[in-house]
Amino acid sequence: MSVGLPHLMFLSAVLLALGLYTMVTRRNAVAILMGVELVLNAGLLNLVAFSRFGRGIDGQVFGVFGVVLAAAEAVVALAIVLQVFRAMRSVDASRADRMKE
Amino acid sequence: MTGTVPTLAFWGLALLTIAGAAGVALSGHMVRSAFSLFAALFGMAGIYALLQADLMAVVQLLVYVGGISVLVLFAVMLTSGIGRVGTDNPSHRPIGGLLVLLAVLIPALGLAFRMPLGIESPADPTVAPIGDALLGRFVLPFEVVSVLLLAALVGAVNLARGWRRDPEERPSEEGR
Amino acid sequence: MHHPILKDFPLFWIPLLPLLGAFWNGTQGWWTQRRFGRAAVHLPAVILPAASTVVAIWGFLVLWFGDPGTVLHDSLWAWLDIPPLRAEVAFQMDRLSAVMALVVTFVGTLIHVYSTGYMKDDPAYWRFFAYLNLFLFAMLVLVLGDNLLLMFVGWEGVGLCSYLLISFWWRDREKAKAGMKAFVVNRIGDFGFTLGVFLLFFGLMTTPARPVPPADRPGSPDVAGHLEPLPPTSVTFREIEQLLQDPSRRDLLVQRKVLGLSLVTLVCLLLFVGATGKSAQIPLYVWLPDAMAGPTPVSALIHAATMVTAGVYLVARMHFLFSLSPGAMTVVASIGALTALFAASIGLFQHDIKKVLAYSTVSQLGFMFLAVGVGAWWVGIFHLMTHAFFKACLFLGSGSVILGCHHEQDMRRMGGLRRLMPITATTYLLATAAIAGFPFFSGFFSKDEILWKAFDSGNLLLPGGGVLLWGMAAVAAFGTSYYMFRSYYLTFSGSYRGAGDHGADVASGHDADHHAPDPHGTPAEGHHGSLPHESPVSMTAVLAVLAALAVIGGLVGLPHLWHLPNFFEAWLEPVFESSAPRIVSAGHGHGWEWALMAISVALAFGGFGLARWLYRDARNPLPERLARSPNRWVRGLHRVVYHKYYVDEAYDLTAVRGALWTSRAFAWWDVQVVDRLVIWVGAIGRLLGWIGGAMDRAFVDGAVEAVGEMISGAGNRVRRWHSGRIQAYVQGIALGAVALVVVAYLLAW
Repeated sequence: MSVGLPHLMFLSAVLLALGLYTMVTRRNAVAILMGVELVLNAGLLNLVAFSRFGRGIDGQVFGVFGVVLAAAEAVVALAIVLQVFRAMRSVDASRADRMKE
Repeated sequence: MTGTVPTLAFWGLALLTIAGAAGVALSGHMVRSAFSLFAALFGMAGIYALLQADLMAVVQLLVYVGGISVLVLFAVMLTSGIGRVGTDNPSHRPIGGLLVLLAVLIPALGLAFRMPLGIESPADPTVAPIGDALLGRFVLPFEVVSVLLLAALVGAVNLARGWRRDPEERPSEEGR
Repeated sequence: MHHPILKDFPLFWIPLLPLLGAFWNGTQGWWTQRRFGRAAVHLPAVILPAASTVVAIWGFLVLWFGDPGTVLHDSLWAWLDIPPLRAEVAFQMDRLSAVMALVVTFVGTLIHVYSTGYMKDDPAYWRFFAYLNLFLFAMLVLVLGDNLLLMFVGWEGVGLCSYLLISFWWRDREKAKAGMKAFVVNRIGDFGFTLGVFLLFFGLMTTPARPVPPADRPGSPDVAGHLEPLPPTSVTFREIEQLLQDPSRRDLLVQRKVLGLSLVTLVCLLLFVGATGKSAQIPLYVWLPDAMAGPTPVSALIHAATMVTAGVYLVARMHFLFSLSPGAMTVVASIGALTALFAASIGLFQHDIKKVLAYSTVSQLGFMFLAVGVGAWWVGIFHLMTHAFFKACLFLGSGSVILGCHHEQDMRRMGGLRRLMPITATTYLLATAAIAGFPFFSGFFSKDEILWKAFDSGNLLLPGGGVLLWGMAAVAAFGTSYYMFRSYYLTFSGSYRGAGDHGADVASGHDADHHAPDPHGTPAEGHHGSLPHESPVSMTAVLAVLAALAVIGGLVGLPHLWHLPNFFEAWLEPVFESSAPRIVSAGHGHGWEWALMAISVALAFGGFGLARWLYRDARNPLPERLARSPNRWVRGLHRVVYHKYYVDEAYDLTAVRGALWTSRAFAWWDVQVVDRLVIWVGAIGRLLGWIGGAMDRAFVDGAVEAVGEMISGAGNRVRRWHSGRIQAYVQGIALGAVALVVVAYLLAW
């Protein structure tokens, strides 16, 4: 029994799909953010997997960058969500559509 | 990753991660979703550790498990009344969601199972090589990311500080 | 050529002790001050720098009794180790650093003592001492750091403290602005400094690395030699100096051209930009006069005695580099002489006593740069030291006057203070004599040596060599003598003009900048209108010590001409020996030197005589008549000089307005162009959506039922592209991405 690239890819594909599903179906903006985190994690897993099973450390370096970007994104997005909540008393993303016009 | 114990550990962690992700995707209860996310991220950290990616495992624990999921939990608590937490994550357009899920999952799985098994490179500590790469070949992205972090910091502070629409209500910005 | 290195001398205590003081007061000083009174604040704040002085003296004595050229070294930890960049948090004390550290700790401690008197009524007493201690820490890191990066940490640290202390009374908008101005102007200089460091680092690295044989480095049992082979490049002063011993590396650095300049010249000029910022030289001097908004002890410590001399120290420290580039040296010397003359001329007509001293400081710093620019390193440091004594004494004297006159800074509302404040007046007079260059006072020895070295320099790339620079500096020296004695006579002679109502006074109707009485100082109720009084003993004692040093401090560096030992030059000689062969003299004889000395004495007395004739006892009406002269040229000239040649206004018009204008232009671009573009793109998107919907409607009829249903759904989705619902967007993005991947995969397959 051994674990190789296909298994890791499988895991990452499932994470990606579930993350996208979350992003599409949830109304709560914070839940959408959680979906984004899942998608990002799927990508990071791929980077690390290819770094381990390919050659070179670059994948993991990019993984570190990815984590940093995710952190920055989460902070700003949550600040926006809080602000939206303050303004509309709701975090229902399907109602935050005033920028439509 | 060969051998029974690592393989079993992998599948255990993969199960934890997938279960967590499914919890995020399916639960209608925000706090449950948040804790599911926590479990999924934790499982990912375990998988990194199994992959001998020590720095990534630690970073995952510190930033994701320790930082982002706590932040998300805070956001959940701050944006919903305690009484409403059970019902404030309504699902919406599940058909579209399912469409996306399948559209992504089927090609991705198709690709995944065509991958060669791959040969794992020797399990050396990765912290030092990553550090060298960050301050060597990747020094420009490194610096750019630091600027990005600063911008995110300032932006988040600025956003969270909020603004008031009524001009009479902001004495601090008058008088210049 | 190798200097013995004494490792593990506990140098770290010198900066650490003031840092502890800053920590003590900065973290809980507000509480101790309220609970136990001011003594709990100022005792640690004075004793810790004093202890630091003791350690510095200890190090000085070790150097004194050691071999010439001994270097004390104290390595704390490896800070950066990313080959080839290697920097330690390490302190070194050679003879140059020892002089600097002694001046900083000693004068610093004295000014702390003085501040216990000057600041005693300020509610933020603890904050003041915390900042002051923090400043000492940063300054000591600057002078003791053994590499450029650590020096830069101190460099930024003193800039920060300077900012904090200038805007110490931050409730006053003008003072807060002065602090910001200092910070921003320094930032420009610091940018040059960092660029210089980077360029030097990479300039050295491009040279092929050659191992230097360790054979010529002797090591005795108690002296650990530097035995490891030299790195290809370095930021450590000692290692850069050793690298440049190698002629091939030196040549590469000199011959390599960047932008038409030799690399070494470019590095030196960039470092000098940093020095002009910190040391207030043309064109970045504008912050220093405004920095007088800070409390007077701060002006004395930071903006006269120590921080502003950091640029001179930098140039002297990098002497092995500057001496490789006659072009850069000429620029340094010319800027120095120009600043000396320019600032002295502005000082002639100022009314604010602190402004006079500020311009005088800028001018004296110009003298120092003139000295280091002609390669007379030790003379620059010598003047730095004597200037620290007399200028600190002058500033503290002016502080004593300002305190005595209830926070009045305009000299036209002073006068006659000699009888009321005898100690302050005497010390101020002695220091004035020193700065004017009266024979046998400290300023005479250092300034005269600068003039002579400038005159005799053979390094300059100027037509006429140093004679031109000498002429400028000599005129500046005359001006110095004049305006300093003018300030003395205006302040201390005649009768007191400040009593009574502050509004109806000599200055009404004049174009003066009226200084509002300080809102934060002494609670002045019941004081106002009363006669000035002598300051407490904590202040006068410090004045006396500094005045004594201002008188005798020059005796360590007697001119060669008198055939007496010049202790100071001998002391610093080992530090500068590697660049000594590259500094040449023009070979003027002793006769010239005697003549120049006579001229400079004559200039000092001339300025003194003129000031005495015009301003003694405020009897001569000529100054007033000059300011209101019917001749518009005379009046105009007076106005232009009084308004500092309108340089601030010019900077405001060019740099400040320019930046504002640029930002407005960007805002306009954003609103007019980018926003419109976005609107157009949105409109096109909507149009496409509408077309999609229309096609949808058109095709549904003729299609099979199920297909029609799907297309209908797709059409609805297309129309909802601009629904503003992020889920819809996510869905679109995901499906689009998948489609892309699938298509790419199929194509590749």
